[in-house]
Amino acid sequence: MGKDGAPSYFTTRLEEFVNWGRKNALWPLPFGTSCCGIEMMASLCSDYDMSRFGAEVVRFSPRQSDLLIVAGIIVSKMAPVLRTVYDQMGDPKWVMSFGACASSGGIFNVYSVVQGIDTILPVDVYVPGCPPAPEGVIHALMRLQERVAKGETYSQRREVAARHQKSLG
Amino acid sequence: MQPDLEKENKTGNNRPLGDSDDLWDDSSVIVNIGPTHPAMHGALRMVAKINGETIEKSYCEFGYTHRAKEKLGENRTFHQFVVYTDRLNYCSALINNVTYAMAVEKLMGIDIPPRCTWIRMMCCEMARVIDHLICIGINAVDLGAFSYFLYGFHQREEAYTLIEKLCGARLTTSYTRIGGLFADAPVGWEKEVKAWIIKTRSVIDEMDRLLTTNKIWCDRTRGVAVFDQAMCMKYSYSGPNARAAGIDLDLRRDQPCMFYKDVEFDVPIAKDGDVYSRYMIRLEEIRQSLNILSQCADKIAPGPIWSEDKRVRIPEKSVVFNTMEGLIHHFKFFMAGFDVPSGEVYTTFEAANGELGFYIVSKGAPRAHRMRIRGPSVYHFQGVGPMVQGEKIADAVAALGSINIIAGELDR
Amino acid sequence: MREDWLMLIAELKSRFTSMVEEVRIPGEYSTDVPIFYVKKEGILDVLQYLKTVSGSGYEFLSDITATDEMGGEEKTHRFEVVYQLFSHQRKSRIRVKVRVKENEEVPTAVHLWNAANWAEREVWDMFGIRFSGHPNMRRILMDSRWKGHPLRKDYPLRGYQIFPTPEEPDPKLLE
Repeated sequence: MGKDGAPSYFTTRLEEFVNWGRKNALWPLPFGTSCCGIEMMASLCSDYDMSRFGAEVVRFSPRQSDLLIVAGIIVSKMAPVLRTVYDQMGDPKWVMSFGACASSGGIFNVYSVVQGIDTILPVDVYVPGCPPAPEGVIHALMRLQERVAKGETYSQRREVAARHQKSLG
Repeated sequence: MQPDLEKENKTGNNRPLGDSDDLWDDSSVIVNIGPTHPAMHGALRMVAKINGETIEKSYCEFGYTHRAKEKLGENRTFHQFVVYTDRLNYCSALINNVTYAMAVEKLMGIDIPPRCTWIRMMCCEMARVIDHLICIGINAVDLGAFSYFLYGFHQREEAYTLIEKLCGARLTTSYTRIGGLFADAPVGWEKEVKAWIIKTRSVIDEMDRLLTTNKIWCDRTRGVAVFDQAMCMKYSYSGPNARAAGIDLDLRRDQPCMFYKDVEFDVPIAKDGDVYSRYMIRLEEIRQSLNILSQCADKIAPGPIWSEDKRVRIPEKSVVFNTMEGLIHHFKFFMAGFDVPSGEVYTTFEAANGELGFYIVSKGAPRAHRMRIRGPSVYHFQGVGPMVQGEKIADAVAALGSINIIAGELDR
Repeated sequence: MREDWLMLIAELKSRFTSMVEEVRIPGEYSTDVPIFYVKKEGILDVLQYLKTVSGSGYEFLSDITATDEMGGEEKTHRFEVVYQLFSHQRKSRIRVKVRVKENEEVPTAVHLWNAANWAEREVWDMFGIRFSGHPNMRRILMDSRWKGHPLRKDYPLRGYQIFPTPEEPDPKLLE
């Protein structure tokens, strides 16, 4: 729309337009298992309010969400559950590894703990901290939005590769 | 449909008749809830056999966040383990820190100076307030009252600001050291706490007005998931959940440690043992904790925060950075740890959820021989099965929220 | 407090002469509360007595756990099962211990306290000590397919085990 209110238009590539839409409507699935879950709640809550970035529609069903926030420790008993949840999400999907435990096992290098969720699924953005402050979460979310806009995430690359494969026949 | 039901009863099948509203008498379904279910608070799992809406039988599982803290306790020095205690009940990490420090100090026979004790007490009470705020808030969210949660959470954020001033971290504090504290409270901290107390009191009153007499809330919680005194004793319930059933026990009062003898507070008791009483007990305990906090803030006086015991005293930074001996001492102190005399101790403290215990067996080494953590949530979660038997499936959510299961201390 | 404990010790020693192996009292041994070492055959009687019959009423089971004494100076046993009891009336605690060898079973205390159920399952899971007569002796913290018992001293700290599929719910437990 023009400054005077008259209808106007601009041209863009369809892909960019779609990505612009995607980045501003991330529906998170909070996979909060431990301490980080509390900080994730804080970042969704009144003082920090992640809804300012279009990520407030928290869905607990993997079918309805496209951003998997893995907040907290993943142990060997939980790892197959996490993989199932990831597989159930529809494409395109993004994964945020929230906190030291999810990213690398953190201070828990022990028999039961998976040493980083990237051993079982592709991760797009990591948030450092034990647990990360809500500011860190918001920063990570903005980084993810940048990458979604550029189409640099795992899921989008997979999409492009599949299309390419198809065009080759 | 009804005749079938009668016939089955006549045949001597003494299965409960189930839901009276239910048209199908034999519609048992097995439902798996969790481990990733919003009502399961992180990582719990409940498998229930339901008839209509009524739970006939259920069993609970956990271990989805098992981080082997007990094994780590045997592989880390006593100082290093302070970090792991944060991740027990992460809603009130300060209480875990303090209880652990108390346990090791008891084993070593160390006395700590009064200022340190007062600060620790204030930490405990503040942690209790924020833990209860999150418990009743989440319980309300589970039953559909979202805005109630936001009131409490804002006050929690304010408390986090105060805790950040103490130790630089919000959630996982690691504030205590064996024989002292990480750092003294900043100048004027008590005054800020007092201002926070006044604000929190008014917020609690507001929350009380918002929910306590709300009809939907009362209908959903009164008489739901009753756990009476006898059951509480059988299942080793402690803390607010036991007090909601009329067990008059508070370890702060009955097994006094720190300076709890010198402050005045009441121990609230309810009789019914249902979700509503648990909620009311927690609400009242927040008020009592605020009373204790303000008394502590009055009584606290300047002074040292470190015990003078040479074994545990962390060397001053000025000495470490300026003298060779100091640097060597510092290096040895943190790399090798200090020897704890052999013996064993089971120290308990009234944590926000109930009896938190550290059972430490030492064989005279810098690492514990056995580090057992008694988390109250384990015993509370065990009672969920019998508690929800015969209740509706939606009430299981209310029951689970009301006993405040924290995955960190449940799985350890 | 100390007189109380001494009375209780005398009482237990006279009543269960053959069952009480050893008593460790604070002051003589570095502990906070008295420790009773009981033979595993008599553990249920002693616990029952402490819970109900004796005037003290140690009716609250705080905790059941175990310690692994592998490589210790005493070669007669490997594990010690530890019962922490608390009296609501007296506000005092005591500790009861049972010494067991590897592959030995301890009678379950589920019939005295329902709370013992999960605590004993955890001891089985972590140490591999079985409790005879337990209604449901399966793993609790670890996956049911887990090999070994993590809190034993000979289990490595980093002995990871990974499973490809989640645990299925077991309908048999709901009957």
